[in-house]
This record gives sequence, structure tokens and C-alpha cells, in this order.
Amino acid sequence: METKNIMIVGVGGQGSLLASKLLGHLLLTQGYDVKVSEVHGMSQRGGSVVTYVRFGDRVYSPIIDTGEADFIVSFEQLEAARYLPFLKKGGRIVTNTQKIDPMPVITGAASYPEDLIGKMEEKGALVDAMDCLTLAEQAGSVKAVNIVLMGRLSKYFDIAEEDWKKAIEECVPEKFRELNLKAFSLGRND
Amino acid sequence: MKELMLGNKALARGLYEGGCCVASSYPGTPSTEVTEEISLFRDIYSEWAPNEKVAMEVAFGAALAGKRSMCAMKHVGMNVAADPMYTASYTGVNAGMVIVVADDAGMHSSQNEQDSRHHAIASKLPMLEPGDSAEALAFARIAYDLSEEYDTPVIIKTCTRVAHSQSVVEKGERVEKERKPYEKNPQKFLMTPANAIRRHPVVEERTRKLITLGNECSYKGVELNRVEKSASDVGIICDSTCYQYVKEVFGDKVNVLKIGLVNPLPTTLILDFADSVKSLWIVEELDPVIENHCKALGLKVHGKDVLPLEWEYSQNLLREKIVPLLEGIDRDGMEVPCSDKLEETIPVRPPVMCAGCPHRGLFYTLSKQKVRVMGDIGCYTLGGAAPLFAMDNNLCMGASVSMLHGFNKVGQEESEGSTVAVIGDSTFIHSGMTSLADIAYNLSNSTVIILDNSITGMTGHQQNPATGLDIHGDPCGKIDLESLVRAMGIQRVRAVDPYDLAQCDAAVKEELAAKEPSVIISRRPCALLKTVDRKPVVHKKPLVNDPDKCVGCKSCMKVGCPAISMKDKKAVIDRTQCIGCGICQQMCKFDALVTAEELKRRKEG
Repeated sequence: METKNIMIVGVGGQGSLLASKLLGHLLLTQGYDVKVSEVHGMSQRGGSVVTYVRFGDRVYSPIIDTGEADFIVSFEQLEAARYLPFLKKGGRIVTNTQKIDPMPVITGAASYPEDLIGKMEEKGALVDAMDCLTLAEQAGSVKAVNIVLMGRLSKYFDIAEEDWKKAIEECVPEKFRELNLKAFSLGRND
Repeated sequence: MKELMLGNKALARGLYEGGCCVASSYPGTPSTEVTEEISLFRDIYSEWAPNEKVAMEVAFGAALAGKRSMCAMKHVGMNVAADPMYTASYTGVNAGMVIVVADDAGMHSSQNEQDSRHHAIASKLPMLEPGDSAEALAFARIAYDLSEEYDTPVIIKTCTRVAHSQSVVEKGERVEKERKPYEKNPQKFLMTPANAIRRHPVVEERTRKLITLGNECSYKGVELNRVEKSASDVGIICDSTCYQYVKEVFGDKVNVLKIGLVNPLPTTLILDFADSVKSLWIVEELDPVIENHCKALGLKVHGKDVLPLEWEYSQNLLREKIVPLLEGIDRDGMEVPCSDKLEETIPVRPPVMCAGCPHRGLFYTLSKQKVRVMGDIGCYTLGGAAPLFAMDNNLCMGASVSMLHGFNKVGQEESEGSTVAVIGDSTFIHSGMTSLADIAYNLSNSTVIILDNSITGMTGHQQNPATGLDIHGDPCGKIDLESLVRAMGIQRVRAVDPYDLAQCDAAVKEELAAKEPSVIISRRPCALLKTVDRKPVVHKKPLVNDPDKCVGCKSCMKVGCPAISMKDKKAVIDRTQCIGCGICQQMCKFDALVTAEELKRRKEG
């Protein structure tokens, strides 16, 4: 199988590392070669963060380049728009509708662009946008946005729901299991 | 069983399997997790050392005593550790010793992107360079045998994309080694000139043997260097992740010489490979190390004539720069994929000090007083960013304190009353103490601010000698910063709470005005810490804005908190970020920022 590429983008501290851990673990159990690339350190402090997940028969490069992503999973609208150049023609964006002002917007040096979802669709991207924060709160914690997004992403994969749930059980501490399974179902079925 | 493993964890696993018994490191992105993962193996003695030089000397001492040891550091950490490393090359080892160094091409979390391969060449130490987690594990596992057989410390070099990428590995069993007997041997280990002069030829002979090893390609069943043949007459020599980018773009359509033993380079292997192809390319990030070696061998190669000296490489870079210049291969599927972007400008999202960061109050004070700030390395370097801009410069670990002294010697009274150094607790212990000794010794009228957030923050919360906990989180020795400063002879030492703006303001004014050396300790645990000294850190509840009181003056925005933004001309606090530190409350003249309970009371009342 040709290598498939998933980018997970967001704001440092939003929990993208758990999402990539879950995806990596799941895809490995499905028999694929997998590579996951993360960035730690300075950029985790509220900066724009990106994680690459690649899977296929044989994966070489650990990173995804412009025009290569089959999916962009975004925790925040502006970040989805920032990484749009990485999306493959006809690729899909799964995004949280939450907006988090970056420092230039907070200080008034820049403004937060309007109607980013519409503009991305005009460029031919398939955009699936949802309010993950509200769903995460319904599941029991604002921190579960990552798993809500994974629930949504799962709709586009030919992988059994049970396998996703099993991967969640194996990747999160026991006391958060129920919360995350609920977040996953809310994301998948909303 | 196959599993997905972070490069750093794979290195730790490989070192464990190779029989590592002692580990000493100072954290530094992207190397930190190697030692964190090693510390989980309780049959290895592991510790955080005050800095990389100490760590390397601890590892050397352990190897001397007869047990396999390691130390890990980031690229700039190797500069700190270079002194013992260069002479350890002369002495060699007793039991095996491995040095892990992680470069940061692209500067994801570093102040420069120096190429550590130069350190290997200059110190004449063998350097292994894995290209993914499986190789990291395999190279680490045989590194100790290599170290003992060739009597040398062995460097394993990674980069961000190896250290922080997960790929598939298979674990093996640990090798248990008996302690090697220690025998006093001054000719080998006491590096007086008379002894050292006899060790240098030993080093050169070792290098010749290692070149032979590189030519033979494999060691203990692990392929260090590898030739992958194809039908074309294009050849590419590459190392580390560049191998992955080359394979991603060219697949099996070109000949590849993958270098895993990057110092010393395999002369005959390179010459034979060059002979077998018509055009030869070198793909390596940062400096032309392999390229210059090839040129010194008289080879005609392409490399930095088309590829950059800066930043990380990627598959598209090769598609753009190399593919159009290649002749005689099928270029189908090698073009840069097309992509789209929005017409409008997307505002940048730089990293910022977290909501509730204890450094914010102090930096706001420095910004307000328009104080010149000699900066240092850590989370607090973000104090130099908008909107506080409260840092003039930084250089390396500990430099803020010594730079301040030098600056004040030139600026004298004007500068002494308006310039400070800021340095984190961990950075102060790392290299700031000796700089402060210079201030105390030379009676410098300088004001140093130690930002004590009770942890090594930027690298992800590692303990240090000032926190009272060891690498496992267990109680251990604790350096009392106030006593340490006083013991150096500096009498003016005071602690402030950076959440209290009035206190910060007074302290900075008074210490700058004082005509003697002074130290302010700005003390508050990192906002992301869950416990300090094993006691839970109790954060207050998020604040909210009272829209009836808020006049939209934006005073609260001056502190640059990411949790506050303006919506419809009123301040809005993001409840998912705010930890109720109260700094914005002290900025508000209209009493508009309050707890949710208070707002409820107001509405009901």
C-alpha cells in the first residue's frame, strides 16, 4: 500500500501527543509500518505544534511535506488554515471549530481571519468541522478534545470501531478510560 | 514483538540491552528522554548531573571503575562537556562508555544548529549515526563492545527527527557484564605531558583501525555502513534521516551508500562506491562533512553546491533541488506535489509564556521599569517576546551573569543601576554559579535575578540540585540558593513572589539602587507543576471578567497572558487556560477581573 499521511496540528498543550500515540499504536496493530514525528521543547509552550503520522507497507521519511497529507486533524481553526499547504489535492481536514487567539492577535498586531472553514473549502479541501470542546466537556473533561477528534477521524478509516476502542484502552491510564471512550463515541457519532 | 518506539527510548533500550550500569546527564531537547527512559530501568544507576561536563566525568569515572556507562546531551551541551571528552579520547576507557548527542537542525528548541560531527572529528572519537529507532537500538546495543574493543568512548549522534520520531523496533535481551577490574595505570590514565605524548599515536592508530572497520561495513552483525545497488549510474552518499528522504524520493532507482559510522569515514568504501557510478551526490544536513572528505579524496561530487547549509532537509527539498539535475533515471513520481494556500495572511503563533507562568510578573516589572536584561537559556527566554520584550540578549547556559559583569564594567554607574541578569534555577546551578563567583570575587556592582520555578522547565520538568528530589522523584540533597549566594560573599539576597507585582517592583528598584552585588530570587513553582517537594501545588480557580465593570482599557493585556483576549471590546478569560494567578487582577483599576463566585455574588447582590 502506498504510504498514507496524517498531520495533527494544534496549539502547544492541547494534547496532540496522545492523539499521535493512539494513532501510531492502532496502525501498528493493523499490520502497517508506521512512523510518528513529534516536536518537544520550546514550541510546546503555546506555539503552533505539528505531529506527523505516516503508515503503509514501508515508510521512510519521518515527516510529511507540502502537498502530501491525506488528512489534517486540527485542534484549532487557524492551525488548520496554517497547514493547508500540506494537504494533498482532494485531502480532508477534520477540525475543531475552537478559536484560540495567538499572541499577535492578543496584542492587536494582527486580526483573526474570518470564515476560515469556508475559505479552505473554496480551495477544494474537504472540511469536517465540529465543536469538539463542547463534546469533550460532555464527555467529562475539556482535555478530551484530542479523543473527540480521533472519534471523528475514525469515520474515514476502514478500521473496526472495536479496534479503535481497544487502542484507546491500551493508550490511556485506566482512570481516564471511560471518559475517553465516551469522548471517542461522541466524536464519531455526532 | 514489534512495537513503535521513540528514537530516544530506543537508544535507552539499546544501552540497557548493551549492559549500561551508570547514566549521568543534564537534560536538553532533543536528548532528554534518553536518560528519562534509562532511569526507568532500576538496574541502572541514573542521575541528573548539574551540567554536561559533570555528567561526562561521572560516566568516565564509572567506566574507569569497570562498569559500562553513558551520558546524554544536546548539541550545545557537548560544548560544555568537550573538555573531558577530548582527553578521554587519549586515555581510552576500561569498561565501555557511550556519549549520546542530539543535534537540532531546524532549531526547534535551540539557540544555534551546530553540527556535532565536528566534535567527533576534532576529538578523534568514533561516532555512530542511526537513521531511525531500529538503528538507534541496534547501534546502542553494540556501542559498548565497540568502545571496549577499540578502547575509546563512543559517540552516538541523533537529530530531532531521529530522537523525537517513533518507528518500529524489536527488543532484545540485556547483556549482564561482570565488573572489569580496575588497575592503576598512570601511563594510560594520568595525562601529564610525558604520558599524553605517548597516547596521541595510540589515538591515531585507533582511527586507522576504525577506518578499516568502516570499510568492512558491519560489526557484531549490525550494518554500520551499507551499499544499496541499483541499475542506474547515479550514486548518493547520505547519513541519518537524509537516508530516509533519499529513499522516500528515489526508492530503488539510485545507488545509495548509507553511512552509519560517520567518524572516521570509510575511505575505501567511498572510493569503490564512487567508482561504480557516473554522478555522485552527497545528501547531509548542515555542514559538508562527508562532502569535504570526498573532495579530499579527489572525488568530484555534488552536494552543498545545490543543497542548503541551513535547517532540516525534507523529501520536497530533494525533489526540488536534485531531481531536475539528474540524468539517466526515470523521474516519474519524483515531482514536488502541488498544494494550495489561503490568500490572506495567517497570523503567526509563536510560543509564549504559559498562562499562570511565574516568570510573567517579574518580566512585566522589568519591562515596566525599562531595565536592560541580560538573558539566559530556558522557558524564561520567552520573556523577550511580545508584548513584554523584556530581554536584550542571550548566549549560552550561565552567560547572563558573566555578561552582566562585563557589561557593567564598561557601562559603570549608568548600567549598574539599569541592567540585570535573569537566570533560571537549573541554569544557575548548571553554569551560573561560577559566573556569580566572578561577580562576588571582583566586587561587581551587579544585580542578578534567579528565576526559581523549582524545576527544569523547558525540557519538560526534570529535577535539579535545587529541587531536593532526584531523577526518580525521591528525596535527595538540596542546594539552598540563598545560603549558596551568601557563602560567596554576597550579602544582599532577597526572595520575592513573582505573583506580587508591588513586591517585584520594589525589589528590582532597591537592588538596582544598591551600591554592591545583589541577588533577587523570584520564587514560584512552574504553573504546569502538579507537585513540589511531593506536596500538591494548589492553583486558584480561573478568573472571569465582570462585563459591567470592564471598560475595555486593555491594561490586563499588557502582561501578555495567552488566556486573556478582547471580544466585543471587553476582556475575555479562557477558562481552559487560566489558573487564577491574579496578575491581571493587579493590573485592573476597575476591579473587573474576579472569581466566578465573586461575580455571582455581584450579580445576586
